[in-house]
Amino acid sequence: MTEVISSARPAGAPGPGGEGAAMGGLAGAAPPLQIVPLAGIPLVGAALVGLVVALAVNDLWPLEFFHVVGGGLWTGIDLFLGFIIGPVLGRMSIPARVEFSKRFMPKMVLLMPTLVIITLTGGWQLARHVGNLASSSPNHAWIIASFVVVGVMAIVALGILEPANLAVLFELRKPVPNGALIGKLMKRFIYTAGITGAMQVATLLIMTHLASS
Amino acid sequence: MEAPPARALPPVAHIAVLSMALVIAGGIYMGSHLPAKASLGVPIGLLVASGVLVLVNVAQLARLREFSWSTFRLVGKWALVAYLVITGLLEYVFVLDGTRGSALVVLTVSLAIFAVDVPVLLAFSVARYQPVEQRR
Repeated sequence: MTEVISSARPAGAPGPGGEGAAMGGLAGAAPPLQIVPLAGIPLVGAALVGLVVALAVNDLWPLEFFHVVGGGLWTGIDLFLGFIIGPVLGRMSIPARVEFSKRFMPKMVLLMPTLVIITLTGGWQLARHVGNLASSSPNHAWIIASFVVVGVMAIVALGILEPANLAVLFELRKPVPNGALIGKLMKRFIYTAGITGAMQVATLLIMTHLASS
Repeated sequence: MEAPPARALPPVAHIAVLSMALVIAGGIYMGSHLPAKASLGVPIGLLVASGVLVLVNVAQLARLREFSWSTFRLVGKWALVAYLVITGLLEYVFVLDGTRGSALVVLTVSLAIFAVDVPVLLAFSVARYQPVEQRR
């Protein structure tokens, strides 16, 4: 059982078409691309330490803070990217898209996993704290629905989007990036925007119901 | 426009996603029953299936000769560090909440599989598009 993929060209070889050529024009002058912005790691560390303290203290306010702030940013960024930035980016020239992606995508490599883990662990503990995890709770079915929504989003994000994000970043580091490959990988973001959007809207419905019940 | 030459690779990414989906499904099942005791039959079944898929992936990777192994190791190593932190936090929450015994074992093994699946998926997905190297 095998799948057929396009094999990698040796670094420095010309791209297969116009997109690659357009990117090649940018490649020489650009500084080397950093896949993970190291300057952001202390911030991620601080956020995670804060989360561990909130979990250990197990008070309502810190748990609510991490869950609401993390979840609000996660949902807002996902919807804003999928339905505002994505279509705008799709209408930009290839070199402009590359320049944007080079600066934007490394930040997402750090930001999104941090927001996700803060939201999920904070949310789990919050649900336990307020009694929503108990099967006798009237909100129990809503909590399970939120698990399913998060499960679908995790599979889409980790199984489809994050691998494409990293593969694009590594391709952009090459002296002459393969425009056709980047275009193919970026299409995954377009194909999954509907699923992610639907799941995030479902999240908003569930969470606002839980908060007001 | 000339298409780049095609190269056959085993479906490591697809299998990693399937394995991950199985442990996530098991996690949802367990989570929907915690803090009460849940029947472990379904999660253990999903866990075993997921573990078999991990082994299939290990076997497929072991048979790969022409591949960008340096990239695979680079991405895999750092992704593993990141996902050990993430799964460690989830494990901490379960322990903090008083999950014990066989339920904790099932959750821990599920998290361990998840912490392996994601780095393999990320590393393979990046390395497949990098220039190939011969394994020594």
